[in-house]
Amino acid sequence: MMYPHLFQEVKLGLKNLVLHGLRSLLTMLGMVFGVGSVIAMLAVGEGANQEALEQIRLLGSNNIIIHSAKPINEENKAKGRTFLSIYGLLYEDEHTIGDTFASVDRTVPVKIIRKEGRVGKRSQELRVVGTTPAWFELVRRPMVAGRPLLSRDMIKKANVVVLSESAAKKILAAGKTIGQKVRIGGSYYVVAGIVRNLASTGKTIKPLDQEMDGYIPITSMREHFGDVVVKRTAGSRLREKVELHQVIIQVRDINEVEAVARGISTMLGHFHKNADYRVEVPLALLRQAEATKRTFNIVLGSIAAISLLVGGIGIMNIMLASVTERTREIGIRRAIGAKRRQIITQFLIETAVLSSCGGLIGIAMGLFIPWLITLFAGLPTVVTTMSLVLSIGISLAVGIIFGLYPASRAAHLDPIQALRHE
Amino acid sequence: MNSRQQTTNSKTGTIIRLESVEKVYHVGNEDVRALAGVTTTIGYGSFWAIMGPSGSGKSTMLNLLGCLDQPTAGKYFFEDQDVNLLDDNGLSELRLRKLGFIFQSFNLIPQLTVKENIELPLFYLNWDPKTTAGRAADLAEMVGLGDRFHHRPMELSGGQQQRVAFARALANNPEVLLADEPTGNLDSTTSAQIMQLLVDLHKSGKTIIMVTHEHHLAAFAEKRLLMRDGRIDHIEA
Repeated sequence: MMYPHLFQEVKLGLKNLVLHGLRSLLTMLGMVFGVGSVIAMLAVGEGANQEALEQIRLLGSNNIIIHSAKPINEENKAKGRTFLSIYGLLYEDEHTIGDTFASVDRTVPVKIIRKEGRVGKRSQELRVVGTTPAWFELVRRPMVAGRPLLSRDMIKKANVVVLSESAAKKILAAGKTIGQKVRIGGSYYVVAGIVRNLASTGKTIKPLDQEMDGYIPITSMREHFGDVVVKRTAGSRLREKVELHQVIIQVRDINEVEAVARGISTMLGHFHKNADYRVEVPLALLRQAEATKRTFNIVLGSIAAISLLVGGIGIMNIMLASVTERTREIGIRRAIGAKRRQIITQFLIETAVLSSCGGLIGIAMGLFIPWLITLFAGLPTVVTTMSLVLSIGISLAVGIIFGLYPASRAAHLDPIQALRHE
Repeated sequence: MNSRQQTTNSKTGTIIRLESVEKVYHVGNEDVRALAGVTTTIGYGSFWAIMGPSGSGKSTMLNLLGCLDQPTAGKYFFEDQDVNLLDDNGLSELRLRKLGFIFQSFNLIPQLTVKENIELPLFYLNWDPKTTAGRAADLAEMVGLGDRFHHRPMELSGGQQQRVAFARALANNPEVLLADEPTGNLDSTTSAQIMQLLVDLHKSGKTIIMVTHEHHLAAFAEKRLLMRDGRIDHIEA
C-alpha cells in the first residue's frame, strides 16, 4: 500500500477533521459517549463486584457457616406471652460434624449474647462471643496485644476476655490494657488480649468502631450465662434457649467445600426436623457473585454494542455526507492517478482517525466519570486495563467497519462525473 | 526554464493512435453517440488543439485520450498499449505515469496548500516524502509562484491557481499534457501567461493536447483538429 505516506495520510485526515471542527466533534460525540459510558459502567460493575467478592472472601472460601435460625412456628408460639422457645444448633452438632467428615479441618462453635461491658465508669454494650481457641486460628486476625484464648482457658472455664480493638479503645482506661478487669453481666473478666478488627477493604462496609466484640471461652459463657437468653421486648419477655448461634466449619480442600456442605445439610436434616438452622457457603455465594457478574457483563456488552452501533452509524452518516461534499476532490485525485484502493484507504484513515479520536476522548471521560462517582456517591469503582484496551479496539473497528461503505462509494465514483460535480 | 523541465525525451514517432473510436452514452432510453468513429495519430512532441462547437464530442475525446474513460468500440493505443485491455487500476497507473491534466476550473484541492497540491501526483507515485518538497518547490518556482508556496488556492487569483494546476500536471513528468479549455476562466492577460507556459512546454518537447474554442489560442498549436457531430471534420496543420 502506501506506507511511506501513511503518516501524511493520517495528517491529511486530521487536517480534514480540524477543517470541519464542529462537525467532527459532533460526529465524535457518539463514540465519546459510547466508549465513555461503557468504561464507566464497567468500572462501577467491577468495583461492586470486587467489593462483593472481598466480603465473601472475608467469610473464608474454605468455610461453611451454619447459623441457628428461629423456625416460623416458634415465632408464632412466642407471641405476646412468656414462653421458652428452644431451637438452633446444639453443642452435640458441632462434635458430630467434626467426627463425621474427614475433610473437615476444624469446627468452631460460636455463641453470641449482647451484654454491657464495664470498666469503672466506662461502659459499652458488647457483642460477647463465646468460642474456642480455634476461632483465632480460623479468622487469622493479628493480636494487637496480649494473647488469644487458649485451651487451658477452656478447661479452667477461666474468666478471661479478648477484646476487639475498637471495644478496647472504648472501655479500657488509658495506660496498661492487658490485665484490666471488665465486668460483663455479673462477673469480672480479665483482659487477656486485644485482637485487630475485621479488615475492611470496601468502602461501604460499616464503620469499624461498630465492631465492639469481646471473646470469652465458650465454657465460661455456658457456666455464667447458661443457654437461655431473655429478650425484653415491649410488653413481653421472650425467652429463648439456643445452645450455639453458629458453627463455622473449615474444610481442608476448597474442592470439597460444596460436597461437605451438602453432607452437613443432609445430616442435620435428620436431627433437626423443624429446620432451625441455615447453611451458608461463602464459596457458593462467590460462585453466584461470579455468575451475576457474567450476566451483568452480557447486559453491559449489549448496551455497549448498541451505543457503539449508534456511534458508528453517526460516523457513516457524516462520512457519506463528506464523500458527497468532496466528490470533486475524489475526481481530481482519480484523474491524477489515484487508484480506487488508495481512495478507500484515504477515507478509511479519516474514519479511523475520527473514531479513535472519539474513542480517546471517551476513555478520558470513562476515567473521569468513575472518579466522580467514587467522589460523590462513595461507590467503589475499578477501571480495568482490559476495558480500556477493549474500547479503543472497538472504536477503531467501528470506524473502519462503518467507514468501509462511504469509502467504497467514494472509490467507485466515475472520475469524469466526479470532476464535473459542483 | 527549469533544468528538470528540459530532461524531456526526444522520442519520435506515434504516441497516440485512435482507430475508428466510438463512444456511446446511455441517457435514459436513448443512446447518445458522442464519438462516431474517430481515426487519427498523434506524434511525440506535437501540440494539438481540438476545436468544435459544443456537443461535437471534443470533451468526450479528451476524456478518452486522458484514459478517464474507455471507447465503446474501436481501438486506442497509447505508446502501443491497447488502452481497452486495461482495467481500472491499469488506467489509473497510466494516468499517474504518463499523463498530466489541467482543467478550465483549475481543480485544485481547496484544503491543501500550493505545495501539497503540487506534491499530490508524487504522493501517489510513492516518492519518498523527503524528496517531494524539493520537486514541488522547483515546479512552483518554474511557474513563478515560489512566494505562494504555503498559500491555499482560495488565497490565489485565477491565473495563479491555473499556474499551480500547471505545476501539478508536470510533477510526474508526463508524456502528454491534456488541457481542457485552460484559459476559459481567465482574463486575456493571465490567459497569455498560461499560453506562454504551454508554448514553452511544447518547445521542451512535451506532447500537448488542448481543447479550446478560441481560434487565437488554437493558433499556438501545430495542428488544429476540428470536430463535428462526433467525427473529425478536418485537420489543419
